[in-house]
Amino acid sequence: MTLTYEDVLGRYEPVFGLETHVELGTESKMFCGCSTRFGAEPNTQTCPVCLGLPGAMPAVNARAVEDTIKIGLALNCSIAPWCRFARKNYFYPDMPKNFQTSQYDEPLCVDGYLDVDVDGQNYRVGIERVHMEEDTGKNTHVGGATGRIHGAEYSLVDYNRAGIPLIEIVTRPVPGTGARAPEVARAYVTALRDILRTLGVSDVRMEQGSLRCDVNTSLSPVGSGAWGTRTETKNVNSLRSVERAVRSEMLRQAELLDAGERVRQETRHFSEVSGDTRPGRSKEEATDYRYFPEPDLVPVAPDPAWVEQIRAALPELPAARRARLRESLGVSAEDMVQMSNAGVVDLVGETVEAGAPVDEARNWWLGYLTQKANEREVDAADLGVAPGDVARLVALVADGTLSVALARQAVDAVLETGHDVDAVVAERGLRKVSDTSALERAADEAIAADPDAADKVRGGKAAAVGALVGAVMKATRGQADAAAVKQILLDKLGGGV
Amino acid sequence: MPDPIVPPRISRAEVAHLAHLARLAVTDDELDLFARQLDIILTSVARVADVAAADIPPTSHAVAMTNVFRPDRTRPSLPREAVLAGAPAVEDDKFRVPRILSDEA
Repeated sequence: MTLTYEDVLGRYEPVFGLETHVELGTESKMFCGCSTRFGAEPNTQTCPVCLGLPGAMPAVNARAVEDTIKIGLALNCSIAPWCRFARKNYFYPDMPKNFQTSQYDEPLCVDGYLDVDVDGQNYRVGIERVHMEEDTGKNTHVGGATGRIHGAEYSLVDYNRAGIPLIEIVTRPVPGTGARAPEVARAYVTALRDILRTLGVSDVRMEQGSLRCDVNTSLSPVGSGAWGTRTETKNVNSLRSVERAVRSEMLRQAELLDAGERVRQETRHFSEVSGDTRPGRSKEEATDYRYFPEPDLVPVAPDPAWVEQIRAALPELPAARRARLRESLGVSAEDMVQMSNAGVVDLVGETVEAGAPVDEARNWWLGYLTQKANEREVDAADLGVAPGDVARLVALVADGTLSVALARQAVDAVLETGHDVDAVVAERGLRKVSDTSALERAADEAIAADPDAADKVRGGKAAAVGALVGAVMKATRGQADAAAVKQILLDKLGGGV
Repeated sequence: MPDPIVPPRISRAEVAHLAHLARLAVTDDELDLFARQLDIILTSVARVADVAAADIPPTSHAVAMTNVFRPDRTRPSLPREAVLAGAPAVEDDKFRVPRILSDEA
């Protein structure tokens, strides 16, 4: 029996929560001066502190504390006047110290919220805590069929990443979103990523792992009032996967519950390929971390004046910027929802700032560029076409240099080469053929090559002109204005109305 | 001597659990020995509570300081040869470690 999503919602109420890890964009690691540069040769960015060698003493990166306070303030949190680091003890070779320096019962930021919008409806996601910790090393599992930890013969470890400042942002459980649970979860991560990017604290690249999500999902029978057992899904590495992970867990758990079985509290892994979750490490085994206050580090006690200084210096946050954009762009609420769902609000705004009319900017981003983003399964913002490129295209169409079709070819070329619009227009010789004599010549050739079609048009079947237009467009490599070609052909054949 | 706070008596089972968490192979005889020894250690440490009056706040650090920060500046890392010199096994310039999970799933 396979349940539909509607079946699930008829009987169960989903509750989700998210733990998001963000690598900060600091120059140096959390507790030592090793570089945080991504992509360095293995094990070239380590030292006695991040390798946990005896006698090494950690020291807290001031910028990391400041960045964490920024994040907390942007998420409407209170900043703790005093807090400590703790050791989270576990044996797993991704941490050479055999513990991770983290925060436990005294996080730096607590009790905030983030408002997210789905289809014009606001959902408030409670933020339980924002705490500081350090990233772990990177394991490569060797042997076995899948490259995964299960079935591997042994593993190889690169400790360059161990000790990079990592911020964990934990939501409260989010009930009451019903069918929209997967979308609200995705919208939350999207909004969080936008805030982090605006704050300039991280490059938030999910594909490189600088933003990672664990998604908790549970179901409770409708009307029961009691929450069900939750699972924690790890390895959710794109916005789309956040949505898919919640949805697939809802379906999986509903099938179990329908069959009278229990949902096991466990860690599961999301598979990008299959779109569902698989069991991971058993939760029961993993919880005994024996946290205790880190004796090598003194408490962090942010001066309230410093916190207020940071608050005053926060940049305009995305929600405020959007409200302002909506005002200044003069778009309707429906358009705003559509642009927001497509993740193009800021892109449209920037395209307008770069000189394009609002309608043109919106049409490009909601139309061809969203289509291209979907084809490539990336967000529009990560497509590789800059708002300045779009404004330039709009200008080239407006002054008659390019047709819309040619402008689309230019987008394709930008995506292929990474060059800007002017460069690809020059490289590919993209230019609307407006030389009438050249078009006339091409039209004569097309008529000569396809006398049947020409006769039909002469006989009054105007629709038959399409084949001839196509031939001329082909002959001019798509660079002619199709409407002008059609007119020339109709004039020549006398079949026009 | 009066003891206002009863120290936690550590059980043999708790020692076995800790040994497992620390990935230490401990014999039955050692469990008895370590349970006795840890009990003495815990009892001794717990005596701090005798002198810790209400006006003495608990601390996790020997020095009453806060906010010891370093500026966000990089310093040279160790040469990789030195880093890997202490590794029991190396492959592709990485630490090679034994299988992490047994085949359970």
